[in-house]
Amino acid sequence: MDSSQFFGIASIAYILAMVAYIAYLAFRNSTIGVIATTITVAGLVSHTIAFVLRTGEFLNVGQMGLMRAIPLTNLYESLIFFVWCLILGYLIIEWKYKNRSFGAFITPIAGMALAFIDISGMDKSIHPLIPALQSNWLLAHVTMSFISYATFALSFATAIMYLAVTTDNKKSGAYLFWTVTLGVFLSVLIAMGIDFLVFRVAGNPEAFIKSNLFKATFRNASGAVAVVSYIAAAAFIFLIWKFGHVVKKIISSFSISPDMLDDLTYKNIAIGFPIFTLGGLIFGAIWADQAWGKYWSWDPKETWSLITWFVYAFYVHARFMRGWRGNKIAIVAVIGFVSTVFTYLGVNLLLSGLHSYGGQ
Amino acid sequence: MSNEQKSPSIVDRIWNLFSSITLAVVVFTIISLTSIVGTIIEQQAPPERNIKLLTKFFGDAAPTVYRILETLNFTDMFHSWWFITLLFIFTANLIICSLDRLPKILKLVKEPVKPLTPDQFGVMPIKKETTVKGKPDAARASVEAALKKMGFKPGVAQDEGGTQLYAEKGRYSRLGVYVTHLSILFILAGAVIGIFFGFNATLNLLEGTSSSVVYKGAPDKTVPLGFEVRCDDFNVSFYENSDTPKAFNSWLTIIENGREVMRKQIDVNNPLRYKGITFYQSSYGFSPSRDNLFVFSLVSNAGTREDVRLRFGESFTIPGTNVTGRVVDFSPALGQDPSGRLFTYAEMMNNPAVFVEFSENGKVKYNQWILSRYAQTWKVPDGVIEFKDLWGSQYTGLQVRKDPGVWIVYLGCLIMAIGLYAAFFMSHARIWVRLKEDKGATKVSFAASVNKNKLAFEQKIDKAIKSL
Ligand code: HEM
Repeated sequence: MDSSQFFGIASIAYILAMVAYIAYLAFRNSTIGVIATTITVAGLVSHTIAFVLRTGEFLNVGQMGLMRAIPLTNLYESLIFFVWCLILGYLIIEWKYKNRSFGAFITPIAGMALAFIDISGMDKSIHPLIPALQSNWLLAHVTMSFISYATFALSFATAIMYLAVTTDNKKSGAYLFWTVTLGVFLSVLIAMGIDFLVFRVAGNPEAFIKSNLFKATFRNASGAVAVVSYIAAAAFIFLIWKFGHVVKKIISSFSISPDMLDDLTYKNIAIGFPIFTLGGLIFGAIWADQAWGKYWSWDPKETWSLITWFVYAFYVHARFMRGWRGNKIAIVAVIGFVSTVFTYLGVNLLLSGLHSYGGQ
Repeated sequence: MSNEQKSPSIVDRIWNLFSSITLAVVVFTIISLTSIVGTIIEQQAPPERNIKLLTKFFGDAAPTVYRILETLNFTDMFHSWWFITLLFIFTANLIICSLDRLPKILKLVKEPVKPLTPDQFGVMPIKKETTVKGKPDAARASVEAALKKMGFKPGVAQDEGGTQLYAEKGRYSRLGVYVTHLSILFILAGAVIGIFFGFNATLNLLEGTSSSVVYKGAPDKTVPLGFEVRCDDFNVSFYENSDTPKAFNSWLTIIENGREVMRKQIDVNNPLRYKGITFYQSSYGFSPSRDNLFVFSLVSNAGTREDVRLRFGESFTIPGTNVTGRVVDFSPALGQDPSGRLFTYAEMMNNPAVFVEFSENGKVKYNQWILSRYAQTWKVPDGVIEFKDLWGSQYTGLQVRKDPGVWIVYLGCLIMAIGLYAAFFMSHARIWVRLKEDKGATKVSFAASVNKNKLAFEQKIDKAIKSL
C-alpha cells in the first residue's frame, strides 16, 4: 500500500469519528465516546503511517538522506502535516480536559481537508528539493510553523465558540463580527472546494490553484455564475447571522462554558506564540541568513509573519489592559488566525514572494 | 509616577504615556496595518509595476494614487522616516515600560515567600478548605507530602492560628517577560549596527578569475574587500532526468598580500567567512568564450587513463593509441525534439555536450555526441571519453555581506527563546496551608496565588486535597 491509501483511510476515519462524536453528544453514552476517540486515534495512526511512507517515497526520489526527505516541501504536504497537528492537538485537549464535545467540530475539518487534498492529486508530485531548501533550519522552521498554526487554528475555533456563546444581540458588534467572519471563512473554504471539484487537475497543483483560485465561483468567466456565487455567499453569511443563536444553543448543551473556551483560547495561543516566535520567525530568519545572507528582507511572507506575530503580541498584552477581557480579546484571537491563514495561504496565492512556496 | 497634588508635569505625562501597554498595542496595530500596505505595494520596485497593479483597483486614477503613495514613502516604506520613527517609539515604549515596572518586579523576585497573617490569608485569589481526621501534627505530614509532590519545598511557621506551611516555586520566571523584552532590544540594536557598519553586495566571478571589490547595486558602487577572492571552479549537479538543480557549489580561494590564505568549497546554506565578510552561494550563470577549456578524462580500452584540458578545435590523443579527438561542436544544453533533431534548449549548462570527431592517421574514423550527464554516451570504440566541464564558461553568483551586528541579533534570538520559555511555560506559584484543630479533627485551609494558569493550579490543589 502506498501513502495515498493511508491518507484515504485517515480521512475516512476522521469522518466516521465525526459521526461517532455527534452520536456521543446526542446519546451521552460513554461507550460511544470511547469508540469515537478510538476511531480518531486510528485515523491519526493511519495518517502517521502515510506520512512515514511518503517520507520513504521522497527518500527514493531525492536520494538525499532522511533529513531531506521529510515531506514538508509544498503547500499540500504542509497542509497534511497541519491536519495531523490539529488532530493531535485536539486529542491532547480531549485527554487533558476530559471533554469530548469538541470532537464533533474538529474531526470534520480534518476529514474534509484530507479528502480535498487527496482529490487535488498531490500524490503525483514529489518534487526534489532545490539547494536553497536543503537546510535543517528550514526544516525546523517549517515544522514548528505548522505546529503553531495548528494551535492558532484551535484557538480560532474556541474564540469563535466563545463569541457564539456570549453574544445574543444580533445587532451587537461582536455578534456581527463572529457570524460574518465565520461566514466568510466557510464561504472561501467552500469556494476553494468547488474549485478543486470542478478543475480536478494533477500536474503542478500550486501554480494551478494560483491561476484557478475562485475561477469556478467568484471569478468565473461567466458573469452570471460570478454574480450568483456572490449572492450565494452573501445568503450563506446571512443565514449564519440569522441562526447564530442556534450555534449558541448547541454549544451550551454540550456543557462547554465560556470560561473554559476563554481559557482554551489563551492556552493554545500561549503554546503557539512562543513556538511561532522561535520556529516561524527566528528559525526562518536564521535559514534566510544562512542561505541568502539576509536574516530579514521585508518580503511579503516575512512581513505577514511579523503582522501575525504582532496580532498575537496584542492578544498577549491585552490581557494586562483594563477592560480587555471577554469578547474584545476573543476578537483579537480570531483576527490572529485570519492573519495566520493569510500568512500561510494568502501570500502564496495572492501575493508572491521570495519563498519557494510562492512560486514564480 | 504622577503627583497627586499638582497636575502632572510634561515629563511625567510623557513617561506615563511611554510606560503604558496601551501605547504598545497601538504601535503594534499601526505597524501591522501599515505593513499590510507594504506587502501589497511592491517595495523598491520600478514605478510601472506598481502602477500596473494599482490600475486594477483604481483604473485611470492609478498614477495619481501611485504619486500619493510615493510621497508617503509607501513604495519603500520599511526604510522611510515614519516607519523608523514607529520603530523608535516602539523601542522607547519597551525601554521605559520595563524601567517603570522593574523595581517592583525585582523587589518581588528578591523577596522569598513569607507566612501570611489571617487577614492576608483571606484575600488570596485561590482558597480551599477541607477537614481531615487526626490531630494537626498527624495531618501536617500528609499535607507536607502532598505539597512536595506538587514540587514545593514548604517552610513551617507557628502562630496563634495554629501551624502554617508555606512554599513557592518558579519565582524567577517572573523575569521571563523582562528577558523577552530585553531580547527585542538586542535584536534591534544588532540590526542597527548591521545597517550602519555593514554592507550587502554581490559579485559574479567567472571560473579562473578573481576580484578585490564587490558591487552594491549599481556597477559603479564598489566596496573594496581588502583582499582578493578567486573562483577556482564552479559546478552544478542536477537530479536525475530533470533540470532541477540538486546542488551547486564554488571552490573559492582568498588571497591576501599575494598569499593564498584560505580555500573553501561553498554551497547554498554553507558560506565562506573571512575577516567578517561572508560569501554566500546565491546563483550562477553561463558566459562562454573562445578561451574556455574542455576538460576530459580519457581511458583507453587497455585501461590507461589521462586527464586533458584543451581549447575548442584542439586535439587530444586517446592514451596508448593513435586515435585523436577534436571538439567540433558544443551545446550547453543539448536536447532532442520529437522528430529527433538536436537543438540547444537552454542558455545554461543544463546538459552540456560536445560533438567529437575521432581520427586515426589523419583519416576521420567516427564521430559522436558525448554528454556530460549521461555516462552511456562516453563509450567510443577506442575507449571511454568522459566530458567533465567547459572550464571558464560558468560564473558563480555570490552574495557578499558584512554585518558586525549579526551575532548580537543571534544573541537576542537566544535570549528571546529563554525569555519566552520562562514567560509562557513557567509560572510563579505560592501556596500557604493552615492547620487548625477542630473538634478532634484538623481543619486544613489552603490559600494560593499564581501569576498564570490559575485553573490548572487550582486543579492541582484539588488533587492534592483529595490525596490527604
Ligand atoms: C512596545 C513594546 C512593548 C511593551 C511596552 C511591552 C510591555 C509589556 C508589559 C507591561 C507586560 C506585562 C508585564 C507584567 O506586568 O507581567 C508585557 C508582557 C509580555 N510581553 Fe510585552 N511589551 C512590548 C512588546 C512586546 C513584544 C514585541 C513581545 C513579543 C515577544 C512581548 C512579549 C511579552 C510577553 C510574552 C509578555 C508576557 C505575557 C503573559 O505572561 O501572558 N512584548 N509586555
